[in-house]
Amino acid sequence: MSIIFKKSIEGRHGVSLPESDVPVSHSISEKYLRTKKAELPELSELDVVRHFTELSRKNYGVDTNFYPLGSCTMKYNPKITEKIASLDGFSSLHPLLPQLRRGGMLTQGALSVVYELEKQLSEITGMDAFTAHPMAGAHGELTGMMIIAAYHRYKKNNKTEVLIPDEAHGTNPSSAAIAGFDIKSVPTTSNGTLDIDKLESLVNEKTAAIMLTNPNTLGLFNPYIEKIAAIAHKYDAQLYYDGANLNAILGKFRPGDANFDVMHINLHKTFGTPHGGGGPGAGPVGVKKHLEKFLPISRITKRSDGTYALDYDYPESIGYISPFYGNFGVCLKAYAYILLHGAEGLKEVSENAVLNANYVLHSLKDSFHVPYMKTCMHECVITSKNQGEKGIHALDIAKALIDKGYHPPTIYFPLIVKEAMMIEPTETESKETLDAFISAMKEIAQESQTDPEKIRNAPQKACVTRLDETKAVKDMDFSFHG
Amino acid sequence: MSYISNTDKQRRSMLDTCGAGSVDDLFTDIPANLRPKSFCLPKGKSELEVASFFDTLSKKNYSNLVNFVGGGFYDHFIPSAIDAIVSRSEFYTAYTPYQPELSQGTLQAIYEYQTDICRLTGLDVSNASLYDGGTALYEACQMAIHATDRRKFIVDGGVNPIYRKMLNSYAVNLSIEIVEVPVSHGQSDRTNITALLDENTGALVIQNPNFFGVIDDHTDIVKKCHELGILVIQSVYPMALSLLKTPGEMGVDIATGEGQSLGIPLSFGGPYLGFMAVKKEIVRKMPGRIVARTLDTNGREGFVLSLQAREQHIRREKATSNICSNEALCALRAHIYMSIMGKEGLRECAQLCVDKAHYAIQRLNAIPGVKVMDSSPTFNEFTVRLPIDAGECVGRMIDKGFAAGFPLGRYYPDMENYLLVAVTEKRTKHEIGLFAETLEEILCQ
Repeated sequence: MSIIFKKSIEGRHGVSLPESDVPVSHSISEKYLRTKKAELPELSELDVVRHFTELSRKNYGVDTNFYPLGSCTMKYNPKITEKIASLDGFSSLHPLLPQLRRGGMLTQGALSVVYELEKQLSEITGMDAFTAHPMAGAHGELTGMMIIAAYHRYKKNNKTEVLIPDEAHGTNPSSAAIAGFDIKSVPTTSNGTLDIDKLESLVNEKTAAIMLTNPNTLGLFNPYIEKIAAIAHKYDAQLYYDGANLNAILGKFRPGDANFDVMHINLHKTFGTPHGGGGPGAGPVGVKKHLEKFLPISRITKRSDGTYALDYDYPESIGYISPFYGNFGVCLKAYAYILLHGAEGLKEVSENAVLNANYVLHSLKDSFHVPYMKTCMHECVITSKNQGEKGIHALDIAKALIDKGYHPPTIYFPLIVKEAMMIEPTETESKETLDAFISAMKEIAQESQTDPEKIRNAPQKACVTRLDETKAVKDMDFSFHG
Repeated sequence: MSYISNTDKQRRSMLDTCGAGSVDDLFTDIPANLRPKSFCLPKGKSELEVASFFDTLSKKNYSNLVNFVGGGFYDHFIPSAIDAIVSRSEFYTAYTPYQPELSQGTLQAIYEYQTDICRLTGLDVSNASLYDGGTALYEACQMAIHATDRRKFIVDGGVNPIYRKMLNSYAVNLSIEIVEVPVSHGQSDRTNITALLDENTGALVIQNPNFFGVIDDHTDIVKKCHELGILVIQSVYPMALSLLKTPGEMGVDIATGEGQSLGIPLSFGGPYLGFMAVKKEIVRKMPGRIVARTLDTNGREGFVLSLQAREQHIRREKATSNICSNEALCALRAHIYMSIMGKEGLRECAQLCVDKAHYAIQRLNAIPGVKVMDSSPTFNEFTVRLPIDAGECVGRMIDKGFAAGFPLGRYYPDMENYLLVAVTEKRTKHEIGLFAETLEEILCQ
């Protein structure tokens, strides 16, 4: 596949702009101009459309086939939400409009979307208030940790440490560190949940927060969450809920009811907005009452006459963390998703997500090693330990799945499980799809014994075979030259 | 509306496989006292009802005003091919290309996008995207802390005030000292900036064109900074870069910016596109995904995520940034935009912006009592002094169908009568004329 720049033909145009109806301005003197034109390609519209159509054929999405990438919740994205986000009244709306005098009345539809979404997320999670501003899950984590830092500053607490389980997503320690905290790792017990005794020994006056995801990254729900909350609150440490795994518990458990103080939600996971090849996502943050005054500005309020308005009057706020109101287009799709489902529909989402994951786990437990064999939530973790005798690793099994027409699970995560493969089927997949995937996995398990070489050389049916990552790091070829 | 495929019969058979009597048996780890105290949401609706609900809601937004509001976010033309291409579900329903063999489409597109950004900025390495122009600027400051181990930052008053507010929010927890220097005659104040530079300064943060639309050549300041080991971070407007002196030509170390002008709809503030390009010497301090070209086991060219040892999933609390999900689909939009506009098209578009803005300057300057601030040249945005409060003026213009600009008093308290006006290629001579006539009319009232 040729690089787009190689397809450039001098003098070719892909766009025709309106003929200028005003005089040409020569007001910018040469010293302010670039000396050489930026070498963007010269192509026709057809050239461009064919180039990207060909690229799209070298990609794999949820619409292509099963995408059991653990921790990422690759569920089907309803098409109607795309249509809604492209309505001109939303997509062409300038974000500064409501900041103009009387401009708020010009954007009532958009302001209501953000306000009502924040209200619904509060109900779904049992938190008291939400902000839609964070633009991704990790950005939500950082916002949450900044709120916690502001809270401790406000109370003149001298807190420097954040406790995080060793199985946590890498973004957790990274976000907490960027918010200025030192990180202490808490081990996991042999049954796959947080070591509470160890936690208790690590919590002290310096503890600013404990960050948890429940169910955790092993797909297991921690039933002792109230005890953990009590341990945290004894020292006025704030309990943070990483909402990455919220798809497991809609209508079954609300972090707010279990005394979590702050949380974020990945709208692109639980609320069905597309992942876009890596983004955009959205990471709204919810807090309990005592932290509400620290939420980022602007906030959106509903007046007694039913109209919506921007409110900047929060002197204790952590300030601006995004330029406007977050990734509005993503929030809009998530709001539509919630309206489509309603309370019962959302409960069914989690019930089916958990059933699908357990079905896969039980169907694969005889062929693959299961490090924690118990009822899982929305995802399950298996390993390649049984296949290890023949020198087969999780990576090899992932690549063999590609040849069988599937996107592989998340591999080598969580870090505490050797050769981990984390499978998250999601609720939208049918039994037929799961059965076909299970068969493929079993075939791979068998081929690992009979023909390990084939597995090690996979994939052979994709547009490329395994790529040389060491060469990539060494050459550092990050942009096209010549 | 439900998107679940399985039937009750299938669920029954699956429960049998799991050895569970009912779905509830799968949730027994959640203690009874922790079951939701409330879960009150409206009943689920059909697609038809939801479509109609949002159609009505969208009409409560007045997106059809003749728009002269910019402030870093612009009403540019978007070629139809962009929506057609990004609507391909192979792109938008994929995720981060962790499995390169199934993601060559996304990976090659990002590599090509990185090339676009490098060529536009004149710098060596671009990453795959960041959230927006503001967080990109903050990430650049983080990078400067890592690269210089210094925590004093000089921030030019011409940097978008929204971004300066964001920077201040993030700086609180990083023990950064931020010193802001107001602009002088519209441009960076050389005297005051130079006086502040010292060996504790990590970076100088500037913007070109600045928030007032004023174009500058920062080469002289960059040179002074480098003499003291200070990095220079420049926030730029990618459309303008097709004409203007590049960060690379000025010697800037890190360029960041908002990519919204590259084929991304205004969409009430997001999703947008933060971009970043840097000199190769500091690439290992860079945040976010980076795609590299390499070879497969058969010697065929292919693309992979690279330098991952910088990232949170490996380095955890020692990572260069916490970013995981980025704005990949917006970067794809920008890349398609730059490919369709092409080498000449993007320049033509930028020149149209300049021409129309300058026509607007002439028309507005002809109104009694109205004065366009004449400083250095401007790109497509400029400051106008009005005889009345700018906020009041904008309110009146809204009634006439114009979003007349952004009143500067909101961010600059001594500029209550100043209006920031943006003109893009989409505005016609007729609209600009009408805008000037209407402004004159309402000022006479």
